[in-house]
Amino acid sequence: MLTGDVAVVAETKEDNNELWRWKESRWTNPDIDWRAGSIISAGIDVGSVSTQCVIMVDGELYAYASLRSGSGSADSAWKGTNKALEGTGMTVDNWDYCVGTGYGRVLIPMSKRAITEIACHGRGANWMYGPRIRTILDMGGQDCKVIRIDERGKLLNFVMNDKCAAGAGRGMEVFADFVGVPIIEVGERSFDIDDEPKPVSSTCVIFAKSEAAGLLREGWDVNKVLAAYCSATASRVMELMKRVGLEPELAITGGIAKNRGVSERIEKQCGMKFIPKKWHNPEYEQKSVPFDTQIAGAVGAALFARALKEKEKGK
Amino acid sequence: MLANWGYQDGSGEYFITIDTDKCDGCGKCAEVCPQNVLEIGEDPADPMRSGTVVFVSEKQRQKLRFTCSPCKSYLTAKSGSASSRPSPETLAHELKNLCCVMVCEKEAIGHSW
Repeated sequence: MLTGDVAVVAETKEDNNELWRWKESRWTNPDIDWRAGSIISAGIDVGSVSTQCVIMVDGELYAYASLRSGSGSADSAWKGTNKALEGTGMTVDNWDYCVGTGYGRVLIPMSKRAITEIACHGRGANWMYGPRIRTILDMGGQDCKVIRIDERGKLLNFVMNDKCAAGAGRGMEVFADFVGVPIIEVGERSFDIDDEPKPVSSTCVIFAKSEAAGLLREGWDVNKVLAAYCSATASRVMELMKRVGLEPELAITGGIAKNRGVSERIEKQCGMKFIPKKWHNPEYEQKSVPFDTQIAGAVGAALFARALKEKEKGK
Repeated sequence: MLANWGYQDGSGEYFITIDTDKCDGCGKCAEVCPQNVLEIGEDPADPMRSGTVVFVSEKQRQKLRFTCSPCKSYLTAKSGSASSRPSPETLAHELKNLCCVMVCEKEAIGHSW
């Protein structure tokens, strides 16, 4: 009897797969021989929810990995690094310079220097999307920030909500799990509705969850509840965006950029479109290098690492 | 660059804005602030910049409403009844009289409240 019970428990556990979990990824550029490069720079972005490691050879993207952050920053950094290095034959000792960024930036053991994610995102988005972008909206795991930059990626104005994680990625994960929808389907399903509902009154994860429970009890369709939550997230970001002012082109980075339920609602509210998620460098487009909005911070860090190494050499 | 440090929540906007193009990192504002909200150091938003700049220290960013308000409630009370918010014009005028703002010769600090 007892063994039978245990088997049932195991089965339900399998059925209950983690809906909030997004896909971790890695990529290597097969056309680059890193041994022939002169400067190998790396950027590690340890965020509150995800960790990215980007390796560049002479300013060209060589490899990256995007994983889920653990509770320890050093541990997360190592995991990200090892994933990015997988199968390349490269080790951390081959790196000329490594810059750490993100929430856990001061605890990254292999980095020579820590740079704030604001600076890194400005630089990274400018490199990924190209010099045309002037406003960046980064929607991360536990905060969102709006950055205005000039054509060289230098910051002009920024605002970051330091206070709480409401309306950020982690909130979306919790919410997806709560309503039982895989996180990657949230965006799509939030448009599968008859008419757009009013946003939930709070983006605070805890309050929104209880409000959603109430709405579901009233007989609301799950998709409609998702729409109301996405819409609330979008309105919250709009307040921040108004503060720094919006100048085209607009770009979006971070994990929530992958959720069209939020991004398209922001577009609707501000009356502007985000620039398509494509590489500025046509070569990257041609080779169909996967464009991952989550790596922007780590890309910026790797670019700073290269610049700092060059500065060091110049001395 | 305009660096907006702080947050907004249901009760309002609490930002200190530093114009880093004007700030020369002299540190007078940090000295004069009774709550040690400000810190002088390497520009957090521009790692390639040489020289220092003022910013709101990381520990203070989430509680500006509480650390900054002693200076501001004094101003609010002075400008009229303590319970009512002064008019935007009065507020703008009063915000200029904050010690950190007054001490800055470069006019690099601003407050939104």
